[in-house]
Order: sequence, then C-alpha cells, then structure tokens
Amino acid sequence: MLAFILRRLVQSVAVLLAVGVVSFFLFRYVGDPINAMVGQDTSQQERDALREKLGLNDPAPVQFFHFLVNAAQGKFGLSYRTSEPVSRMILERLPATLELSFCASLFVLFFGVPMGVYTGLYPRHWSSRLLQAVSLIGVSLPTFLIGILLILFFSVMLHWLPSFGRGETVDIGGWTTNFLTRKGLEALILPSITLGLFQLTLIMRLVRSEMLEVMRTDYIKFARARGLTNRAINFGHALKNTLVPVITVAGLQLGALIAFALVTETVFAWPGVGQLFIQSVQFSDIPVMAAYLMLIGLLFVVINLVVDLLYFAVDPRLRGGGTARAGGH
Amino acid sequence: MADWFRRAADSDIWWSFKSSPLTVVAAVATLLIILVSFLSPLIAPHTPFDPGSLNLSDGLKPPVFVSDEGDWTFPLGTDDQGRDILSSIMYGTRLSLVVGFASVIVAMVLGIALGLVSGYVGGAVDAVIMRIADVQLTFPAILVALLIDGIVRGLISVQRHDEIAIYVIVGAIGLSFWVQYARTVRGSVLVEKNKEYVQAARVIGLSPVLIMVRHVLPNVTGPVLVIATLNLGLAIISEATLSFLGVGLPSTQPSLGTLIRLGNEVLQSGDWWITVFPGATLAALVLAVNLLGDWLRDALNPKLR
Repeated sequence: MLAFILRRLVQSVAVLLAVGVVSFFLFRYVGDPINAMVGQDTSQQERDALREKLGLNDPAPVQFFHFLVNAAQGKFGLSYRTSEPVSRMILERLPATLELSFCASLFVLFFGVPMGVYTGLYPRHWSSRLLQAVSLIGVSLPTFLIGILLILFFSVMLHWLPSFGRGETVDIGGWTTNFLTRKGLEALILPSITLGLFQLTLIMRLVRSEMLEVMRTDYIKFARARGLTNRAINFGHALKNTLVPVITVAGLQLGALIAFALVTETVFAWPGVGQLFIQSVQFSDIPVMAAYLMLIGLLFVVINLVVDLLYFAVDPRLRGGGTARAGGH
Repeated sequence: MADWFRRAADSDIWWSFKSSPLTVVAAVATLLIILVSFLSPLIAPHTPFDPGSLNLSDGLKPPVFVSDEGDWTFPLGTDDQGRDILSSIMYGTRLSLVVGFASVIVAMVLGIALGLVSGYVGGAVDAVIMRIADVQLTFPAILVALLIDGIVRGLISVQRHDEIAIYVIVGAIGLSFWVQYARTVRGSVLVEKNKEYVQAARVIGLSPVLIMVRHVLPNVTGPVLVIATLNLGLAIISEATLSFLGVGLPSTQPSLGTLIRLGNEVLQSGDWWITVFPGATLAALVLAVNLLGDWLRDALNPKLR
C-alpha cells in the first residue's frame, strides 16, 4: 500500500511540474512582465535595469526554478488588468467557487445516487424510462443553456429566485459565506442545480448500470434465499458494491465541477475564480491565467490522490491484498 | 455505383439503422438541419448581418404565434437591432456546424497521426506523446480550449483576433480533443503491428509511413469514426460555450452560442424568444448528433451483435 501511494505521489508531482512548465512559458514568454510593470514613458535603460533586477536575463532553467519557488509561496505577481496581486484576487474569490461547487456536489449525490438506485432496481418501470430519457436530453443541453432556461422560468417569469450574484454574504475572517443568510442560500439554489445537472445524469447512469450488473450476481440471489429484507439487500449488499466506480467518477467530477464552475459563474454573474479566469482570458491577463492553471492543476492532483486513498477505505480486498503482500515478503 | 448501393442496402449496418426508428428520426433531423443551414444564403428570408437591410423600428417583435404584435415577415420575432431571429439561426447554425466539423477533423488528423507514430515507433517518442496526453486529460477540454484562446489573444491584437476568430476556435477545440483519438489509434496499432500482414509489408521493404497509412490505418477506422461522431456533438457544445462566454466568434459573425449570449443580455426584460429559439436549435442539433453517435457505437460493436 505504501509503495502504491508513493508511486502515485511521484506521478502527481510529475503532473504538477508539467503544469508548472506550461504556466511558466505563459508567464514568461506570452506576456511581457516588464511592459505590465512600467509606464509608457519609461526609458529603455530603466527597462533593461529592471529586467536585470528581476532576473529576466537569467538562463531559462534558473528562471523556472524561481517561478516554482514563488508559485509555491502563492506569489504570481501583479495582474496586467487591475495591477492587484494575483494571489489576493484569487483568494478573495475562492470561497464563492468552493461553496458553489460544494452545494452542486451535494445536489448531485443526494439526487443522483438514489435516482440511479431506483432506475437500476426497476429498469422497466415507466418512471425509470422517463428518467433515462430526461437524462439523455440533459446530456445534450449545454450547461449555460440550462442556466439560462432556469433563470427564465424561476427569476424572470415566476420571480421566485434571484438570477445573479451571491445575495447577502457574511464575512468570517476573510472567508465570505453564503450559508448564514436567507438571501445567500436562495442565491445558491439555481447556480448549484445548473452546475450539478450534467454530473447528476452521469452519476445516475453510472449507478444504474452498476446496480443492474450487481443485481444479476449470485450473492444477491443467495441474500434473497437467506431471507434478508429488500432494504438490506438493495443498500447493504448491492449499493455498497457499486461504490468503487462511483467514488472514482464522483471524485473526478468534483474537479470537473470546480473547473466547469466558470461557465455557471458567467451565467449567474457569480463572483468566483472561474469568472475571474474568463475575464483574464478576454484581456489576456497572463499572470492570472497562469495562477489559475496552477491552482486547477493542484486541485485535480489532490483529488486524484484522495480518490486513490478512498479505494482502500471502501474496498477491503485492496486493504487485504496490500497487507498480505507486505506480510509475505 | 448501383452495385455499391445494393451492397450497402444489404449490410448489417443498414439493417440496424432501419430497425431503430429513433436513429432514423435523428438522421433525418441532422440532415435537415445541415441542408437548411447550408442553403441559408438562398432560402433565408433576410440577411440579418447586412447592416443596410436592418430597420430599428422592426426591433423586438415577438414571434407570430404568441402575440398579435407579431409579423409574418419575422415568423420567430426579431432582436433589439431588428434582426430576424429565424434567419440569424439559419446562418448561425451553419457557422456552428462548420466549426464543429472543422475542429473534429483537426482533432482527428492530429490524434490519428500522433497515435500512429506513438504506437508504431514506440520507445521514447511513445512515452513523451502519451505523457502529454495524460497531463492534458487531467484538465477538462473546455479549459484547454479557453487557455489556447487566451494565449492567442496575448500574442496578437484584438482586431486581428476578431478576423481570425473562427480559425482560433477551430484550432483551440481541435487541440483539446485529440487525446482520445491518439489513445484509441495507438491501442489498435499495438495490436495490428505484430500481425502477419504488417510483417509481410515490412519484409517487402515498404516505408514505415506507407505501412502506417496504407495498411494499419484502414483497420482502425471503425472506432475512430465512432469517436468522431460522439465528438461532433461535444465540439458543437464547446464552440457554443466559448462563444457564449464571449471568447468565441464575435457578434459580427455570430454562431448559435453568440446568438444565445446576445439574447441573454436582454433576457431580464422578458424577451425570451431571442434566446430560446437559438437554444432550442442547438439542443436539437446536439441531441440528434448524439443519438446518431450512440447508435453507431452500438452498431459497430461486435459484442452487441
């Protein structure tokens, strides 16, 4: 088990380094850091002096090393667009994105898994077929269109829910939260549904097909023969054995949720990091793009690692296999 | 030619196509959308992006079938500039389709080439290509496309970017979708390259390029075709999403995504038709293409026969 985790760690570091290289090339060669820092009337000598002082004349590997050291400390320089420190811009907006992604994943798990179990247990019932058909349409609708349609019905026509922004937020030591006010919670509903719907259909289809497969196996028949209740069979035996692939996909989808949040954030004018990234693409604000890239890279790597570790918690065979091998040597 | 038709009509694929009504509907819908949008310069009632033909007093007319204010010259209503929604959708669908097809072709050519090289040459070349693929797979395709677009914007001026926007978008989406083709082709090449016919070709002294293109490639077309069809839907959605986010096609050259973005800006005032009709067209197009892709995947899968 330790060897497995170590190997995964090395792989994660390699991926992060690759992302770092891309970010560095963006940062250093696509934009000109000097132009962003000085005014129009700075003389060529002053520019050259600044270039020397910032180490921009050093060999590329040395610069890359400095870039990584700075990135590890969260220093990505100043935004070309607003001249604020990039790290502060991102930190200010991170709570909004994380809370939105958290609510969306709750929505996905609380609706997706039960819907998948239901359609897997009763595949021929008309309601299961309806859910299947709706999920196919859900996959074909782009996220932003779902958001627009929800706004049209629930905000413009019915006036039930707000259509943009975070509503009221409470600031707790730099972390702004939506969870403590009624308006804040209301503002979360439509964006969370929009963000989660695609993943919901994915999880539902996955749980459904896994359930269909498990319900055909012998141990389910034996569980019935032993006279266990349906409840114990469906949830204790069947669902538990579908969890490994579901955890994999759900974990990877959590990363996708945070990345896809940029579309939802644009539709709902949600002040998160995704919206910041879109603005930085429009203005080719390279430092922000590089920082966002590193952040998302780190996030995906951490999520992949956690998913791998969760396997050990869920699947006793892996745990047993690992210790048996360790004991055998 | 007649012989070819007879053989096609007798094939398994055609039979499986005929016996799935949903697929037939999807195919007819796809063909209809393609036909109507590509004939739009001939059959569209208006030329919405010729500023001279616009009249602001025609602005914000509702569709004819919901309100008496509607006007049969503009069956689906007009936007705030007085552009006919129906004609805008026809021209916009054409652009969405062109970008979708073009980016699928870019991704396919790139993916097949890298997959062939990776599988046939092996060694360090294979390792480098596949590691790049792994890292790229870590990120969602739309993020990669956005990043490429952002880089291009950093390198050229805004005005120049608007002129070449369509090529930038095709390149960005194409570059974000190549991995799947490369992996599939590489896998098939690894299987094929040890078979006797490839060894025979090598023995008679054919060049590696010729062996790859003439002998190995025809044997991997099935899976590649399935990926291409399924990716067409994704590519159309990606283009629409990028255009919606304002980093895709400019409003002087609007695709369905751009039309939805323009409509979204006036959505709060309740003029729903400017957004809903392009949105419905996009959804119908993607749904039809996805249904075709699902069918093709099952039809070409020998396990399901």
